[in-house]
Amino acid sequence: MQYIIPVGLVTAMGLLAGGILTIADKFMAVKMDETAAKVLAALPGANCGACGFAGCADYANALAQDEEHAVKANLCTPGGDAVAMEVSSILGVEFEGSSSMIAIMKCSGSRDKTSYAMDYQGRQTCKANKLFFRGRGTCEKACLGFGDCVNVCAYDAIKLENGLAVINKYKCVGCGLCARTCPNALIEIVPDKTRVVVGCSSVDPGKVTREICSIGCIACKICEKSCKFDAIHVVDNHAVIDYTKCTNCTLCAKKCPTGVIHVFPKLAGAAQPKPQPVLAETAQAEASARQV
Amino acid sequence: MQEMMIILFSAILVNNFVLVKFLGICPFLGVSKKMDSAVGMSLAVIFVMVLAKAVTYPIQTGLLVPLQIGYLQTIVFILIIAALVQLVEITLKRYVPALHQSLGVYLPLITTNCAVLGVTILNIDEKYTFFQSLLNSFGAGVGFLLALVLFSGIRQRIENNDFPAAFKGVPAVLIAASIVSLSFMGFSGVIDGLFGH
Repeated sequence: MQYIIPVGLVTAMGLLAGGILTIADKFMAVKMDETAAKVLAALPGANCGACGFAGCADYANALAQDEEHAVKANLCTPGGDAVAMEVSSILGVEFEGSSSMIAIMKCSGSRDKTSYAMDYQGRQTCKANKLFFRGRGTCEKACLGFGDCVNVCAYDAIKLENGLAVINKYKCVGCGLCARTCPNALIEIVPDKTRVVVGCSSVDPGKVTREICSIGCIACKICEKSCKFDAIHVVDNHAVIDYTKCTNCTLCAKKCPTGVIHVFPKLAGAAQPKPQPVLAETAQAEASARQV
Repeated sequence: MQEMMIILFSAILVNNFVLVKFLGICPFLGVSKKMDSAVGMSLAVIFVMVLAKAVTYPIQTGLLVPLQIGYLQTIVFILIIAALVQLVEITLKRYVPALHQSLGVYLPLITTNCAVLGVTILNIDEKYTFFQSLLNSFGAGVGFLLALVLFSGIRQRIENNDFPAAFKGVPAVLIAASIVSLSFMGFSGVIDGLFGH
């Protein structure tokens, strides 16, 4: 008897618990949305967050649950037109065309243009360096040159050249991961028709900028006066282009005395194949990040 | 009332489950990387601790003690808690999806967490009444939250510092954990002093 009671009791409890769970699972099952699964399969799976959701799965769920189609089907910038079209057809909404974006770099301070204020020996990331006073550059808003943006880019579109992050316009898909990573907020996501970029974010007065950087914007406002479309203005001691008004006429770039307004060459053909994410590397980075 | 305050605050500070009793170290080290996930995990732990205590207390007093099979406590409690958490997860997923989204990831993680099992068993050893047990479980959960939130702050400082190669990663975290644990020793005696015997 001293064996039967405990063994029987635990067995009965186990069976009871199992039974309850089985019944609960049957009665309260939540169906995995078929639409969500299809949409998820159509998305690139880079989990970059360019759509504004926590990842591809989150975006797919939001699309599937949204019956009034308030969530747009073309938010996936890395996927471009192809993915937007596929998602639209799954959801049965009209294809609107993807809003293609690219990242632009708003600093031109490579090593031959500006210098470091300190010989920084700490942890070699932009984030850590920015916490140390205000970063190692003589200019507060200079590219810190440790390549946090390079490491975060899943498309291999950013390279460090002479201490300055340079974005490869042809590889960039405009997901915005780098823009969110840069501690100086030097990277901006703009429409991909953009050809004119102010390569400076300096907040110092023109005189100071001239002393510490040979290319930095000196806030002379010549661009502002030359622009016929009211698209460029000096804000916080540097020129800022309003891309809703800019027509890519490049007049400001020609007038700029320091040459800090850069002009991209015209795209040869509009149909550039969209690059694929370097998924293996991203997965590895995620796996190592998960380890304690 | 005084006794209640002593039970609650000693569970949070003096007998902190993570830092003084060293239970639930795995989530303490694993989920404390970010403040958000630390808070989410801790809320799930508070919820499960109180619920587990409410379910296991009647089983202990009504079933195990009369049948004189108290030695089955551990195995029965694990069974009950695991099944309970699964049931809660299914129910939440169906009826409160918002709560399931914030707690959902962490619920399965704590099904067999030793802090949850520990709180149910330790309460019985202390011979608390039903209400006192619930209060103590709640306090233990809040203590867990406190430890995780404090430590996630420290870990963010660790992440952004340059350590010697030998200490990088887990060793630095363990040393920091031991120092935080040491600092909690300072609370012993404080509660008695505050609320009196």
